[in-house]
Amino acid sequence: MRRFVGGGEISLYVKKLFGVGIAVAALGVLIGLYVAAWATSAPTPVAATSAPASSGGGTQLTLETVAAIGPKYSPPHPDWVSYLVHQNGKWVHSTIFNVPAESVVHVTVYQYDGDTGLRNPFLSQVQGTVGGTETVDGKAVSSINPEEASHTFVVPELGLFIPLPGVPEEAKNQCEFAPCEGATHRTITFSFRTGKKGRYRWQCFVPCAAGFLYGLGGPMQTLGYMDGFLNVV
Amino acid sequence: MSSSPATSPGGSGTEPNHAVRFTLIWVIATVIAMPIVILVIGPALGSGTDSNAASANQTDMTVLAATATPVILLVMLYLLYAVVFFRQPKGAALEGPAVRGDARIQTTWIIVTSAIVLAIAVFGTVRLEEGDGAGSGSGPSPLTVPKGPKLPVQVIAQQWLFTYRYPTYGGVETPHLVLPVNEEVEFHVTSVDVIHSFWAYQLGVKADANPGVDNIAFVKPTKLENFNVRCAELCGIWHGFMRDKGKVVTQSAFNTWIHQQQTSFAPATKVLPKYSKTYLPEPTRRGE
Repeated sequence: MRRFVGGGEISLYVKKLFGVGIAVAALGVLIGLYVAAWATSAPTPVAATSAPASSGGGTQLTLETVAAIGPKYSPPHPDWVSYLVHQNGKWVHSTIFNVPAESVVHVTVYQYDGDTGLRNPFLSQVQGTVGGTETVDGKAVSSINPEEASHTFVVPELGLFIPLPGVPEEAKNQCEFAPCEGATHRTITFSFRTGKKGRYRWQCFVPCAAGFLYGLGGPMQTLGYMDGFLNVV
Repeated sequence: MSSSPATSPGGSGTEPNHAVRFTLIWVIATVIAMPIVILVIGPALGSGTDSNAASANQTDMTVLAATATPVILLVMLYLLYAVVFFRQPKGAALEGPAVRGDARIQTTWIIVTSAIVLAIAVFGTVRLEEGDGAGSGSGPSPLTVPKGPKLPVQVIAQQWLFTYRYPTYGGVETPHLVLPVNEEVEFHVTSVDVIHSFWAYQLGVKADANPGVDNIAFVKPTKLENFNVRCAELCGIWHGFMRDKGKVVTQSAFNTWIHQQQTSFAPATKVLPKYSKTYLPEPTRRGE
């Protein structure tokens, strides 16, 4: 039974239908905006800086890896493992790096996290660097013990594979969460040549997401923590 | 009933013999379409002819397309024919004559379509086994195995990278996939984490990469070509980036390349686990 109001011009049924339609449309718009915001959210790119002349030119990237990024850098996920990048004298939460094409990039990684181990030991070998090596605490190596790997910095399309050894379990003064200055760490350096311009993804291959199934969830599946892009510009 | 069955839709002359006329249209359309499907569309189906599996896939798809062509034409042309010739005349407001079943047509339809479907099923099954799996993963114990020597290549998938291990060359592992031309290859596809799928597109090879499973696929590359490798199973945030290029080279170039890989990856080879059909690696120290 339809009831008519206002001289029988618009039924209550039509009004209800209209209201439901508006509500559904509003909900759709909100969901769409949320999905769009999620899909397009990405860390702000950080550009590599000019390397000191003593290193032979090129550019410099300084990174650090931390077991937990802390509330200062990532309020929604303070306990997630992450990379940070050094910019203008401070650490920034970003995993998108701009580097110049056809040039040498010198990278220093301060590694504050403990070891986890690689699922595939093949990735324990250094590949794609200038000289085929990296330095770990000042010592040049071509591979590390796969059981001691804490993280990797790998750009598959550039053939760059960098294993990062962890801080030994028994070490004192370990960092709980970022910022980690002054805590025990490993220092890894390497240099690589960029190729042509393009956007190359990089990632960690160690299942380092604590608390997730097989260590593969959370920060391993979210842009901005253990993966990102190398924008060769 | 307002319209007489003896009157054409236009209202003039006698009703034509629709069965003969439609059959004629269908036969002519089929005769025209078949060479186009076999000679023009067929060679564009599938992933090319870079391997025995890819070529066989293309042949099979062409056979299936050619088999389906008369059936599709029959249905589509009949629909068009009905729209044009059995259209209700303008102004007629009454329903047409009641549709009644025709036992002969129904029986013929069921027999013919059943025969076609059965024939296709038998053809597909025979071709699958005749082609040693036709490039697809056949599990750890394939029903048919190609004769003669084979180059075993293990495909190890992980989030988000394929690496390749050559057990007959010291178990060397490399991030590059290079194969010798005209040599039978035996892929052993597995994963060390989640479910992936190894898809060497131009070779016509697609095999699931499951943790703890040795999924075997055979292929013989027949052309000196580069081919695309992709993951064909949604496997996480970087699934879309899980891709690389493979290469088919001459036997001598392959020998040179594999020895280079053995030298380059000697440090990694030392720490690799002994070659195995599957790997269920620790650690899960951080995982649950």
